[in-house]
Amino acid sequence: MRRTLLAMLVLAVALAAAAAFAPGWLAFLLAVVMAKSLVVAGLVVMWRAGLISFGQALFYGVGAYGAGMLGMRWGVTDFFLITLVGAATAGVIAWVLGFLVARYRGIFFANLNLAFSMLLFGYMVKSSTFGGTDGLRAPIPTFLGYEPGDATRVGVLLVATTAVVLPLLALLHRFLDSTAGRMTTAIRDNEIRVLYLGGSVRRTIHLLVVVAAVLAGAGGAMVALAIGHIDPDVAYWTTSGEFLFVAVLAGPAHVLAAVLGTSVFEVIRTYANEYAPQFWQLILGTSLVLSMLFLPDGLWSLAGRLRRVRKEAGHV
Amino acid sequence: MSDREPILETRGLRKQFGAVVAAAELDVTFHRGETVGIIGANGAGKTTFVNLVTGYQKPDGGTIRFLGRDITGQGPRHVTKAGLCRSFQIPQVFGSMSVADNLLMAVGIAEIGWLTAGSPLEQPRRRALVEELLATYRMEPYAGHRADLLPQGVRKLLDIAMATARKPALLMLDEPTSGISAVEKYGLMDIIMAALRAQQVTIHFIEHDMEIVGRYAERVLAFAAGDVIADGPPARVLHDPRVQELVIGRHEAARGVLNHAAPPAESGS
Amino acid sequence: MSMLVAILVDGLVNASWLFLVAVGLTLVCGVMRILNIAHGGLYAFGAYATATLISWWPAARLTSPVSFALMLVAAVGVGAVVGLALERGLLRFVYGRDEVVLVLITFAAFLILEDVLTLIWGATVIAAYQPYSLLGRTSVGRLTFSNYDLSLIVVAVLVTVGLWWALTRTRRGLLLRAVIHDREMAQIVGINVGRYTTITFVVGCIFGALGGALTAPMISIQPGIGVEVIVVAFAVVVIGGMGSIPGALLGSIGVGLARAAAVHLLPDLEVFVIYLVMTAVLAVRKEGLFAPAAVRRI
Repeated sequence: MRRTLLAMLVLAVALAAAAAFAPGWLAFLLAVVMAKSLVVAGLVVMWRAGLISFGQALFYGVGAYGAGMLGMRWGVTDFFLITLVGAATAGVIAWVLGFLVARYRGIFFANLNLAFSMLLFGYMVKSSTFGGTDGLRAPIPTFLGYEPGDATRVGVLLVATTAVVLPLLALLHRFLDSTAGRMTTAIRDNEIRVLYLGGSVRRTIHLLVVVAAVLAGAGGAMVALAIGHIDPDVAYWTTSGEFLFVAVLAGPAHVLAAVLGTSVFEVIRTYANEYAPQFWQLILGTSLVLSMLFLPDGLWSLAGRLRRVRKEAGHV
Repeated sequence: MSDREPILETRGLRKQFGAVVAAAELDVTFHRGETVGIIGANGAGKTTFVNLVTGYQKPDGGTIRFLGRDITGQGPRHVTKAGLCRSFQIPQVFGSMSVADNLLMAVGIAEIGWLTAGSPLEQPRRRALVEELLATYRMEPYAGHRADLLPQGVRKLLDIAMATARKPALLMLDEPTSGISAVEKYGLMDIIMAALRAQQVTIHFIEHDMEIVGRYAERVLAFAAGDVIADGPPARVLHDPRVQELVIGRHEAARGVLNHAAPPAESGS
Repeated sequence: MSMLVAILVDGLVNASWLFLVAVGLTLVCGVMRILNIAHGGLYAFGAYATATLISWWPAARLTSPVSFALMLVAAVGVGAVVGLALERGLLRFVYGRDEVVLVLITFAAFLILEDVLTLIWGATVIAAYQPYSLLGRTSVGRLTFSNYDLSLIVVAVLVTVGLWWALTRTRRGLLLRAVIHDREMAQIVGINVGRYTTITFVVGCIFGALGGALTAPMISIQPGIGVEVIVVAFAVVVIGGMGSIPGALLGSIGVGLARAAAVHLLPDLEVFVIYLVMTAVLAVRKEGLFAPAAVRRI
């Protein structure tokens, strides 16, 4: 726990420095990475229990569209309020759907979530309230009453995003050490044993679904505020697939792995867009295959391997 | 010996799978403190009986009372929380965790509640309990081993140790010695029985080895075709001609065949 | 009345199409327990290959039998090559890993296929409408139907009967069903499960490509067509119960009719219908219509 907090502190300082000194495009990229890593962290937590969702874009989309609606309909522009509402809305929807989806496992869990997210996608495409296929404009955010100018806005956005994401990841880390959090692995390994110890598998999975949705909702709202625009693709299955991809790339070992995985992913995406846009999916697919063949426990396991190598070297 | 207080009663307990009767109107009463051996040929309904009582399968009819409470139709979780725990013929453990973590998880889940679910699993008090369990079940050398890579005997012990984490009133052991070589069986049963008797747990165990049954059980229940065909002290039940014919005879014959097929496996006996 | 006929015919046409794009997926699903996302890529490959062959072959633009034959050639060719490459070159390295990993590997394969597709054919829109217009139209009262659409029903029936015959009346088919039913037991009794896996995967891929080939004349072919099809095919397979061909058939008919009804009665609902059916079916039957409930032995 202490090491993790230290790492988070270092990360926070680095991001604050980036907010102050880095060029706008980098600060923007970092803000998006931080916000998306929250979505990924939620998937990683579910994955620890052996659950994958092809429909996490549902909650991500709810957060994003929530931001757009709050800005357009009610003139709300506060970054923190919008993020909070996005997270809460996603959480409530997940809580309701959770009564159903928590009974499902494996591919059926994945598919039921897919169906729900595609329902949202279909609705967003058709609905004129939500802008149809054109989507919505997200408000230009303010921060607890502070309205940064054009030059400083991205930096402030990065600081605010970090201020939301890192505490949430710290909380998540703490949750994973709790009895309920450790039960994730137990459920993946052997549900029958959990039941015969008197633990509730369904309730735990329901909780995981809600936790992951809250994180995805917050992430969706923050990404929408960073990019400034929302269209129905945020709820499409390929969006879910992308997040799932990053979760696998990251690995379930640690919450900060989500940040690492998302960073790598967004860097690849940025460079691919720049130099070889026609090969973007090829690069993505190949790296996915390579990581699953050679890094089954994700990027984070590289750190463990390095440590082991160093230790062995030290012995010699 | 038993103080005659009933711990588990079934009345008219019925279960059928297609045309196969797995439980035919079972009326059985068990008492606190009894050590009961359950015998029967394969398919006689022993495991179904345990599955019905512990809520893994729902009975077609009849009632189950545990400690005076009706638990008919309740799921495994509720039955477990009521104090009726079980172990499994195929050990059910958390394969990716170490033996110590399996026990820690078991102790943690046993204590879980709305308020404690969010507090850290890792606590010195729980670690002490784990150490105690490791010692009681002689698993210290394996504490750090992954559960899915354990030798069968140790995995069986782990399964049983986890089942006791809740300090059950009644523990049902489904074939605790299956898959264990004949030489190791007695050592294993000694460890289990000593541990459970120290905790004053009432024990029911399913067993194929009649010598084990004769040695550890105070009362024997013989199953055939979903029905109890004999019930009483081992000396009487094991010599009952119907039991000899339907349970032991068939079983010994089957064992003979197995011995022919694979002599080295049981050459110690 | 004519509305009802229209819904019925449109529904059956749609159901046939759904069945044709989903049947390969469910076949692979049954044998390998993989939801093969790359199926969408094969669909796209089948469509592109068909368009290319039709544009190369002048006769195809004049007579319909030739163009039908070309579709079949394109589908079998593309399906066999890509399917074999995927199974031998990629999937066999991950057998035995988590369900999740398998699905994601096929997702990766799908992404790769998408870009390979644009590498080969470019990003422009191409068309292969000739077979569609060649077949003409049929009028029933005030309604007109495209004969090409109607012929899809015939193809779907042929495929159903063919599969039924192959799976229940041939030795290999029976052995394959044994593999679907119980992989381990099939292995124990001496069936070469590995070979059946490869063959089934390739056959499934050929069906995927065939779905694309048959669709090619009906749409404008452009990058991204596979992305949309894959969710639809997924939905049909999941509704029917993964690996069940009768399930896929019933699922297709249900979704096809529901979709047609929506198009005629509540056009706004059209995009949702399939997912509504999917959620409704999954909510009532956890594993789809025809999935055998597996009880774990303890």
